[in-house]
Amino acid sequence: MQRLTRLLLLWLVVTPAMGGEWSGYVSGEVRLFPNSPAYPDQRGDNLSFSFEPQYYNEWDNGKQSFTFTPFLRFDQRDDERTHFDIRELTWLKAATDWELRVGVRKVFWGVTESRHLVDIINQTDLVENIDREEKLGQPMINLALIRDFGTIDLFLLPYFRERTFPGKNGRLRIPIPVDKDLVQYESGARERHVDSAIRWSNSIDIWDIGLSWFHGTSRDPLLIPVLDKRGTLKLAPRYDIIDQVGLDVQATQGSWLWKLEMIRRGGQGKSFTAFTGGFEYTFYGIQDSSADLGVLLEYLYDSRDDAAPTPFEDDVFAGMRLALNDAQSTEVLAGFIIDRNDGGATFNLEASRRLSDNWKLEVEARFFNGYERTDPAYTFRKDDYVEVKLSYHF
Amino acid sequence: MNKWLLTLLLLIPLLPEALAETAQEKGLAIAVEMDQRDTGWGDMTADMQMILRNKRGDESLREIRVKSLEMANDGDKSLTIFDRPRDIKGTAFLSFTHALKPDDQWLYLPALKRVKRISSSNKSGPFMGSEFAYEDLSSQEVEKYTYKWLKNDTLDGRDVFVVERYPAYKHSGYKRMIVWIDMKIYKPLKLEFYDRKNALLKTLTFHDYKPYLEKYYRPDRMEMKNHQTGKSTTLTWADYQFGTGLSDRDFDRNALKRTR
Repeated sequence: MQRLTRLLLLWLVVTPAMGGEWSGYVSGEVRLFPNSPAYPDQRGDNLSFSFEPQYYNEWDNGKQSFTFTPFLRFDQRDDERTHFDIRELTWLKAATDWELRVGVRKVFWGVTESRHLVDIINQTDLVENIDREEKLGQPMINLALIRDFGTIDLFLLPYFRERTFPGKNGRLRIPIPVDKDLVQYESGARERHVDSAIRWSNSIDIWDIGLSWFHGTSRDPLLIPVLDKRGTLKLAPRYDIIDQVGLDVQATQGSWLWKLEMIRRGGQGKSFTAFTGGFEYTFYGIQDSSADLGVLLEYLYDSRDDAAPTPFEDDVFAGMRLALNDAQSTEVLAGFIIDRNDGGATFNLEASRRLSDNWKLEVEARFFNGYERTDPAYTFRKDDYVEVKLSYHF
Repeated sequence: MNKWLLTLLLLIPLLPEALAETAQEKGLAIAVEMDQRDTGWGDMTADMQMILRNKRGDESLREIRVKSLEMANDGDKSLTIFDRPRDIKGTAFLSFTHALKPDDQWLYLPALKRVKRISSSNKSGPFMGSEFAYEDLSSQEVEKYTYKWLKNDTLDGRDVFVVERYPAYKHSGYKRMIVWIDMKIYKPLKLEFYDRKNALLKTLTFHDYKPYLEKYYRPDRMEMKNHQTGKSTTLTWADYQFGTGLSDRDFDRNALKRTR
């Protein structure tokens, strides 16, 4: 950590001479938990700071570029949430019919809003947010071949990143903390197993389609109960070698967006299928104003049913997105995910408003209600929270 | 006098009217001439700055880079990159415009590294919270409107055609527009927008046209005033560059993803 900090400082001193530009943000956030925690060692309201600068430089008429994005978080109570990561450290070369990227990067695949099934290249930085949209930087060589029939992306992923888990003092965790020191791999090469992936994507008329195949270390671990040397019960993350085929489709027709994501995964217990499908319909300029109101509905399915290590095996997501389209870009996204079996529901709200050219205010709230003991979301039953985040963007 | 001769004599005053083009034909002819004079520029890049003002005079700033590619038998392709406000820095917007068919649009969100195909039905929605609607900034194709020439006039000492036009595409926020077109350079000097209820909504004026590649005129500044809300937006253009060698490849989803 100290060495990295020193490297970062050296970088900050050296780069102005090289040209390029810095941008990024600093954020302070407070998470308020109205309920007392469910498990011992967990604490109450929490303060946290994060810093994500980005250095970018391009040359060769923009055909080559270099990007460096470190990320740093300090958390008041959870030592596991206090962490450093290199989100991006990439060299890019773009030619007429190919693009090559070498280094640490983040890649996103998919179309749906409630869950990102197809997205598999990067590991989830789970301590950041349970919505799984925050990712750890993934080392890779990525060659994109740009053809008339679409783009073929080839990935070689030479090093595996383990998922982050909240520590014993953190909220939004399972009863027994996950101990990363007890990690198990199916592959003898452990985290050095070279994973690979290929994806075809294209846009044809109203259709945007992606078809992908991944072979390598599962980003989702199974959590195995084990006794450590002292005889304490712990959870060991186990990463199997899997094969996963993914399909993502969006049809954009007028004010309708029709979305489908589907995966088939083998190698992690019995093979299974999962999909998320639905639509977003937007009413533009509601009530003769500039505001837009979108209505979202998605169905979430997992063939492993109750055995699925996810709370979303037979769930419905219903939400709305309000965009005021004002100078402050005020936006609210709110919705429920309801489990069709036990009736458990999660309410989510994300709202944001720009305060000035540099300052932005965001509010996020999640409430968990009515989950049965067998549902993985049951462990969050006392972790309803409201987060207020103030960021300075530069 | 013969009855037939009398009929003929009565018809004579109407003849020039019948032979001359109708106001609709004249309006269309002016639009076609505008389009032809602005054909052949190829590709363009420019920097755009917007100053948004509310009724109280509070200002906020937008900085945007624009790349455009002229398409022969279709609307232009454009890539818009946001630099300011800083929270949306790196966000980019790719648009394939079409005359009457809905445009194809994608948005790149740098925080998630996500390319999102978005609906283009929001034509009448404000661009970046400004007084410019998406349809005001979209590529101008002849087929997008029907026309009616109103009169010839002068505006600030310049000879102009005054033409009324009516959107022929779906989801427009306007019932009609009145355009004052400079007879010399065939460029709009002023536009009045009438909302769906036919009330005057906005006035747009164009300032300091300069020729690029000798014949493609572009304004340095545009002023949009909303009469119903009292808000206004000043849009200034800088560093226009033509013929920089952009191609379709600079306007695809791969290019969108690597835009900064």
